[in-house]
Amino acid sequence: MAVDISQAYDKDYVRQFSEGLNEPEWMKTLRLDALEKAENLPMPKPDKTNITKWNFSNFKHNVDAESIPSLDTLPPEIQDFLEEDHTPANLLIQRNQIAAYSTMSEELKNKGVIFTDIFTALREHGDLVAQYYMKDAVHVDEHRLSALHAALMNSGVFVYVPKNVEIEEPLQAIFWQEDPEAAFFNHILVVAEENSSVTYVENYISHNKEEQSTANIVTEVFAKANAKVSFGAVDNFAAGTTVYVNRRGVADRDARIEWALGQMNEGNTASENVTHLMGENSFANAKTVTVGRGSQISNFTANITHYGKESEGYILQHGVMKDKASAIFNGIGKIAHGATKSNAEQESRVLMLSKDARGDANPILLIDEDDVTAGHAASVGRVDPVQLYYLMSRGISKVEAQRLIIHGFLAPVVNQLPIQAVKNQLTQVIERKVY
Amino acid sequence: MAGSTLEIKDLHVEIEGEKILNGVNLTLTGGEFHAVMGPNGTGKSTLASAIMGHPKYEVTQGDIFLDGENVLEMEVDERAQAGLFLAMQYPSEISGVTNSDFLRSSINARREEGDEISLMKFIKEMDSKMDTLDIDKNMAQRYLNEGFSGGEKKRNEILQLMMIQPAIAILDEIDSGLDIDALKVVAKGINDMRDDNFGCLIITHYQRLLNYVTPDNVHVMMQGRIVKSGGPELAQRLEEEGYDWIKDELGIEDETVSQNA
Repeated sequence: MAVDISQAYDKDYVRQFSEGLNEPEWMKTLRLDALEKAENLPMPKPDKTNITKWNFSNFKHNVDAESIPSLDTLPPEIQDFLEEDHTPANLLIQRNQIAAYSTMSEELKNKGVIFTDIFTALREHGDLVAQYYMKDAVHVDEHRLSALHAALMNSGVFVYVPKNVEIEEPLQAIFWQEDPEAAFFNHILVVAEENSSVTYVENYISHNKEEQSTANIVTEVFAKANAKVSFGAVDNFAAGTTVYVNRRGVADRDARIEWALGQMNEGNTASENVTHLMGENSFANAKTVTVGRGSQISNFTANITHYGKESEGYILQHGVMKDKASAIFNGIGKIAHGATKSNAEQESRVLMLSKDARGDANPILLIDEDDVTAGHAASVGRVDPVQLYYLMSRGISKVEAQRLIIHGFLAPVVNQLPIQAVKNQLTQVIERKVY
Repeated sequence: MAGSTLEIKDLHVEIEGEKILNGVNLTLTGGEFHAVMGPNGTGKSTLASAIMGHPKYEVTQGDIFLDGENVLEMEVDERAQAGLFLAMQYPSEISGVTNSDFLRSSINARREEGDEISLMKFIKEMDSKMDTLDIDKNMAQRYLNEGFSGGEKKRNEILQLMMIQPAIAILDEIDSGLDIDALKVVAKGINDMRDDNFGCLIITHYQRLLNYVTPDNVHVMMQGRIVKSGGPELAQRLEEEGYDWIKDELGIEDETVSQNA
């Protein structure tokens, strides 16, 4: 199945879609231009996984939904992602393509923080969005999926933190694919100005086991000088949704970007997480955990590229594979010429729970500078029998011992998620996927 | 009869096809402390690991009974549930699992569902035992043995011993790598356990731990067997004269069995 969607979604469709949303002219132009490019661009080629046969073309693009009058009306499987007392106060729920619920504290509004759906942002802060949208992080013409994303973007969130504003409470976004065939061309744009800080946590949820759909997600994070962005995610699309997700960060001088990604999709997933350390003394920490089951195929690429001097990048990827699931973990630490005194470290570990599961960890260091430090550790293996023995020697059953070891193995990301409810959810998703 | 009885009969053990134990006989009953001594490479740690059921050790002959139950037919966790405990020489490091979660799981594994230890009671008990062992309180929230110093690992083994309260404990070289202060603390923990319902097999090749924990019986291992048994005075004589006199007495030239023992 080729990715030929130009017949279903042609220029007229895209123009009307954009106009129907009252988008600024530049956005309409960007979409139309991207649609044209999409036809001739190749598919992305994640290292060691062929995704050309995956479903990126069979979906419903424009799906309406009701707004959410009160959080109590949400079904329990969505409520579970919220704190019991319905904090954080800064919450956005997107239901199919509709921003169905949105709230932000007065305090943050008064400080000039923007936390809104992408279409409201385009209408109310169009110039600000235009400065960043698919310009310096992810480009329209990288490959067919990035171009299609640009052409068909149908949902998303814009986060803007002004200079010197430090937000303590996390911002939470929930993307709920309620319609089993609704596609997510979701665009997250996070801009943290100088000396600011923000914690953002997102959840993707769907329940389509049989019905086919696709998610084509682009995330762009900009951390300006001395800004700090903590980005947490639990991706939990059901088996019917094929996922391409590209999360990219750009860190200026003294800035920090910390990713904590729980990649728990049930369907085929190609995930790219790239951070460009542009500024001197910038820092990135990319932690991802995943559990693969059934016959799903996944490809995870974590890449931190160092341009700034004395920049530090840490990649940690931990995956558990069971049934016939297979996954490739590419870890790329790249140090550009001139990025002296930088440090690129990475660790990729895969735990195999069945003989038919496949896992592959590819550590790659690309270093074009002498005065740097770098290191990698990679392993693919089964649960260590001596660890099991140790736990069992205290009376813990084999099943429980294995459970402890697996949860421990995935703890680096679970522990880093700032919202307790999301942490609990990830723990439960892990529990569900492993047993 | 107070306490449990561990009977080891004619135990032969191999590791990766190599014979290590060649017929060990030993009986330990609640209320007793036995020391197993011997030079390196004579099979002491193999004995400990075989009793607990380490996956690398294969019992090729002989029996182990705990109160008449056949230990060799039990899984490792069943052995623990039946009352056995091994303080290991090289405890595993398990990332992402806190010491405290691990200990609580261990205690609850012995209890019926619905009868789990309350969090308050657990914390109180752990706190008081950590005080006894002079353990830094933040160790409860650290990952199990990860990044622990040698001494911290040993104290942590004794902490588990004190929390779990087994019927029979085997302490495998619990004194190695401990300075004298740590040794005294660990000895205090062991002595606190002493009562009629607790039996302890102390494996060591130094006599110094036995200055603080007095054994009722002392056994000497060579060539994968117990070659001599006696009272505390035997340990004293070994401290003063070394092992050569036993080798001479028994006509043993090389006391070791293998690198792996």
